[in-house]
Amino acid sequence: MRGRLASAALAPDIAPVRKRPETACERKAEAQRMSGIVQFENVGLRYGTGAETLSDLSFTLAAGGFYFLTGPSGAGKTSLLKMLYLSQRPSRGAIRLFGEDVVQLRRARLPGFRRRIGVVFQDFRLIPHLSAFDNIALPLRIAGVDERDLVTPVREMLAWVGLADRASAHPPTLSGGEQQRVAIARAVIGRPEILVADEPTGNVDPEMAARLLHLFDALNTLGTTIVVATHDIHLLSRVASANVMRLDRGRLQDPTGALRYPPRADGHA
Amino acid sequence: MMLGASQAERRLLPEGRLAGPMPWVIAIMMFLTALAAAGGLAMGSAANRLGADLGRQVTVQVILADPAQRDREAGAAQRLLAHEEGVTAARRLGDQEMQTLLRPWLGDAGLDRDLPLPAMIDIDLTGAGRDRLDRIAQAVKAVAPHARIDDHAGFISPLVGLIRSLGLLAGGIVVMMGGATAAAVVLAARSALNTHRRTIDVMHMMGATDVQVARLFQRRIALDALFGAVVGLLAAISVIILLGRRIGEIGSGIVGSIALPALAWLVLLCLPLLAGLLALLVARITVRRALVQTL
Repeated sequence: MRGRLASAALAPDIAPVRKRPETACERKAEAQRMSGIVQFENVGLRYGTGAETLSDLSFTLAAGGFYFLTGPSGAGKTSLLKMLYLSQRPSRGAIRLFGEDVVQLRRARLPGFRRRIGVVFQDFRLIPHLSAFDNIALPLRIAGVDERDLVTPVREMLAWVGLADRASAHPPTLSGGEQQRVAIARAVIGRPEILVADEPTGNVDPEMAARLLHLFDALNTLGTTIVVATHDIHLLSRVASANVMRLDRGRLQDPTGALRYPPRADGHA
Repeated sequence: MMLGASQAERRLLPEGRLAGPMPWVIAIMMFLTALAAAGGLAMGSAANRLGADLGRQVTVQVILADPAQRDREAGAAQRLLAHEEGVTAARRLGDQEMQTLLRPWLGDAGLDRDLPLPAMIDIDLTGAGRDRLDRIAQAVKAVAPHARIDDHAGFISPLVGLIRSLGLLAGGIVVMMGGATAAAVVLAARSALNTHRRTIDVMHMMGATDVQVARLFQRRIALDALFGAVVGLLAAISVIILLGRRIGEIGSGIVGSIALPALAWLVLLCLPLLAGLLALLVARITVRRALVQTL
């Protein structure tokens, strides 16, 4: 099952299909899409007793949307992403993911939410003593996928990021670009509902960057909400349907109106 | 099973077995624990045996200077005891046995045939006979007015008490060693958590539960502890066997009674398993408590 899903994620030519919701599950998904898969309301973040790193963040990300998060260094992009992938709780305000308040969420429920979010860390965070194959397979193993069922999707993912012949290589023996590709493969292997990527193309050549964006776009086409933090302004024009969020000194600007609430009904805010 | 005991799981914590000091610390602790446990079990067994055997033995002494009257009273007492309820055996010590008993104190020169020696009758009692010792003593006094009843339990009970105390002390040492083992496991678990903090963070971000993370550590630590415990127990068993031989060579009745019964050996063999289970439990609690501090 997972293998098929992962394989499907790799198929760039699959067109988005948005039919009228019929089942209760589909209606719930449609309702979530309409109300936003991510909602920040007056969110502030302060580390220790210092000044607020992020202030008054209020925005909504539509389910199935593609968002670029830009801003100068130190603007707070990584901090925002941390709250998004539940690595950091805000100091104030409300955050809703998948329709549920996650600020007061019991700790025991966090893993369930995190399994629905794929993360590409800025520093990759690959586990150095695991092979590329095992690093990519880790989310599936955590989710309880049988060993026999994860081999095919992991190998397909390795092939997609151009590392089919590096499956048994360990991160310290991989170049920066190769490590980044492994990190991306690991983030998307489980077909997350939200993919959060922090500078995912920072260490790859333009051709690989284009391929990775193509992969993100394919995932987005299949319904995954994509949030990519990047410095690369050239990247912003590569995805036609993408919206841009700009952070400046901890405050969010909305130059395209993409973050208004409620989002537009076509799925791309 | 999520992150079951698979090759993949084992690869998540890469340090080879015995990489840290914990298995060897556990080995030393198990060595001392097994010695203390063996000592305690042997003491307990010896105390029970002494209490049971010697507590049912009584000596009747007829102390009279006149040999004819002494023999008369001793004979009457022996005949009475032979048919007394609760008495399994009543045997009068012969002259040769008396001299053998006295030779260490008096030497050959002191064993003058003119020296008046008491007549001694060794009595073995049943449990019921032990309970009615007062009535037996009264009956003996009735036929042998100069007889004196020496209850072995009277002088053996302080020794049994001492042996029992030493056994309890050994038990206390075993408990303390268990606590020290648990403390060593706590330190090892915390150290392992710090070493693998980055891996844990990544796993958490991918949706791993605390139970899944704790399972990695508890399995690893329990296996390390089991290995150390087996090494420590083997060393302790070697020492116990050597000590047993030395005790056997002494040949003393009381010291010789210190021996490990079969059940005690079984208990000793179970100690590594108990250490492994203790390590597993402590590691699980330690890791989960530490993880709760994180988001």
